[in-house]
Amino acid sequence: MIDKLLKGAPRFYAWLGLLAFIIMIGAGAYLYQLLCGLSVTGLSRNVSWGMYIAQFTYLVGVAASAVMLVLPTYFHGFKPFRKMLILGEFMAIAAVIMCMLFITVDLGQPQRVLNVILHPTPHSVMFWDMLVLSGYLLLNLLVGWVGLECEQQGVEPPKWIKKLVYLSVIWAFSIHTVTAFLYAGIPGRHYWLTAIMAARFLASAFCSGPAILLLLALLLKRLTRFDPGKEAIRVLSIIIAYAMAINIFFYLLEVFTAFYSQIPGHMHPLAFLFSGHDGHGNWINGWMWLAAFLGLFSLVLLVTPSLRNNEKILPYALVMLVIATWIDKGLALLYAGFNPTMFDTYTNYVPSLTELAISLGVYAVGALIVSCLWKIALDVKKEAGTF
Amino acid sequence: MKRRQFLQAVMATAAVSLVPSLPLGAAPGRETFSEGSKALKAGRWAMVIDTRKMNDPRLQKKVIEACHSRHNVPDIEGPQEIKWIWTDSYDHTFPEQLNNYPAQTLTDRRFLLLCNHCENPPCVRVCPTQATFKRDDGIVVMDYHRCIGCRFCMAGCPYGARSFNFSDPQEYVKTPNPKFPMRMRGVVEKCTFCSEQLAKGELPYCVQASEGGILFGDLNDPASDVRKALLSAISIRRKPSLGTQPGVYYIL
Amino acid sequence: MYNARYVIPALLVFIILITLPFWVNVVTPEYSRPELVLPAGAEACVEPVEYMRAEHMRLLNEWRDAALREGKRVYTSSTGQVWDINLQNTCMHCHTDKAGFCDACHDSNSVDPYCWDCHIEPGAVTGASGNGGKQ
Repeated sequence: MIDKLLKGAPRFYAWLGLLAFIIMIGAGAYLYQLLCGLSVTGLSRNVSWGMYIAQFTYLVGVAASAVMLVLPTYFHGFKPFRKMLILGEFMAIAAVIMCMLFITVDLGQPQRVLNVILHPTPHSVMFWDMLVLSGYLLLNLLVGWVGLECEQQGVEPPKWIKKLVYLSVIWAFSIHTVTAFLYAGIPGRHYWLTAIMAARFLASAFCSGPAILLLLALLLKRLTRFDPGKEAIRVLSIIIAYAMAINIFFYLLEVFTAFYSQIPGHMHPLAFLFSGHDGHGNWINGWMWLAAFLGLFSLVLLVTPSLRNNEKILPYALVMLVIATWIDKGLALLYAGFNPTMFDTYTNYVPSLTELAISLGVYAVGALIVSCLWKIALDVKKEAGTF
Repeated sequence: MKRRQFLQAVMATAAVSLVPSLPLGAAPGRETFSEGSKALKAGRWAMVIDTRKMNDPRLQKKVIEACHSRHNVPDIEGPQEIKWIWTDSYDHTFPEQLNNYPAQTLTDRRFLLLCNHCENPPCVRVCPTQATFKRDDGIVVMDYHRCIGCRFCMAGCPYGARSFNFSDPQEYVKTPNPKFPMRMRGVVEKCTFCSEQLAKGELPYCVQASEGGILFGDLNDPASDVRKALLSAISIRRKPSLGTQPGVYYIL
Repeated sequence: MYNARYVIPALLVFIILITLPFWVNVVTPEYSRPELVLPAGAEACVEPVEYMRAEHMRLLNEWRDAALREGKRVYTSSTGQVWDINLQNTCMHCHTDKAGFCDACHDSNSVDPYCWDCHIEPGAVTGASGNGGKQ
């Protein structure tokens, strides 16, 4: 099926070329970071994780979101998602690979990364995260690839694949739960030390991931005339609306607990995000208010059936939702976990240009993988008449 | 040969070649490892800092200098600094034990901060490679050879005791101590309760330099200096509510 | 066979490339063990020389784990000698010539261990002394 990549329109290769160019810039930046150490990042003793780990966290959510198509299809026999199932599975593959890359670029001694396997440590959540992420990658590769091969040959998928699909549904929940446990089990970091973290991660994943998927699917419709189907779009946007409502609800629960209990440790990280500290604003404040506005506005658009079902408005609502959830998880989660610091002080963190270039490079790798896998999938579907 | 058989053969060959080769020259045998006869031993090492005595800036500087110069701790300015032992104010050291009208003796004082060598250390719990681990005598140490630089321990430590080598530390060590190693870029480091000193039968450098302001001993031994000091004065520990059971006590 | 005129030349190129190290070895002079500058005034290392030559990295790994992880910092060798487990203060006490001893062999074998990123090379700073860890 890989041969499908060899026959494509010039604009497909132009797009791959552009991505390759961005990847080269990111690789150059990473080389620079390898030579100089993480001193070229904006990280510090007090804010020791930043951009990379935040993107990792966000993308685990994107990876897990494929389950929002798989679960209704396999557990409830909901047919309309069948057509775009493969898109979700292939996007999950790209997302998990991006996660692994973001972890790798964050390491101080990346050449020693296999120490995690050489000295397996069950009491470390990181160890479990490595296990579940690589397992999820394997599951999606198998399920996606074998499924597509069967589609190409016009046969039913083998029985064992169906078992793996059921496993992958549970597995998807596990990857984001374990990732939340990276944070939620750390004593002394109030913004992270909350039982609802895993639930909040899942809610945010199940709205942002499918939103990205749906946006890309709508883009495909314009570029390749691949139509995911009216019913699929309608139901997926309902799922997104519910997940976003739950996501915002969970966030407000955090706000309530912090500000009704009035415990300083619980209030300070939230206060820092929205208004800075001790009368000093912080660059994150504007982003947070933007996220709050976009999040709520997108929710209003998504819960109103007439607006949600309007294909002109839907993409805007989805873009707003993606930006809002990205700010929450891809920026604020890490920053407020480290502020206030362990000394009840505040340390500024701004990602450096190197960090941004490397991050962009990793995203470009993801885009490259999605582009290639989706091209294969769509060409196979064209041939098999399931386009 | 059929394709299937060929693939099976390839897999089998690959599997066999993965079996680690036996060491060429096996150890001659009879070699043993033991603790030195001079080594200091304890059930649970702990430190008591008498902040009444350790409030002198000269003494604090001397203690920090004694540690940092012997352990080749690089002198880096700014937010990417590296420190094993340092000072800070009361409200930064004990942020959860604040009074709205604190005694002046507390607000005036500077407190020495270092790794607490917790009984229940979160850094050890989160480390994915056991590069940081707790010894039987309660000391939390680092294996810099094994550290992958993921910095999970820095997120996990509630006391901000850990520093990361963002850049090559060597150029920031002005006069290296040739008897102790340095660290490399990309690993986390921290105070080790001078485990290398204890092995030689000597007390930690900071204790030696403290002119009696810092006590060090076995918490499990009721007759030890640290136990006697804790019995006779009011002491506190940093962030006790987290259940980490720090091994560093502060006499007020 | 499909496209034989492409596949066979490509296979040939592949085989030549993958066996290149052997061809290079055929034309280059034979490997000879480098002349090492042995420590002056020392009779024997902590273990017999054949063992040290082949397995010194293994010994160092065992020393590190014993000293750091188990707190066992004294090593009794197979010959009954007792040593402090310490790279800088025992090994490098005798092996003071890094360029003449360590590097000579490492360079000719194209290995580049990063021991000296952290462990201070003898003579790099002044002040190293002591009895070399022999008890």
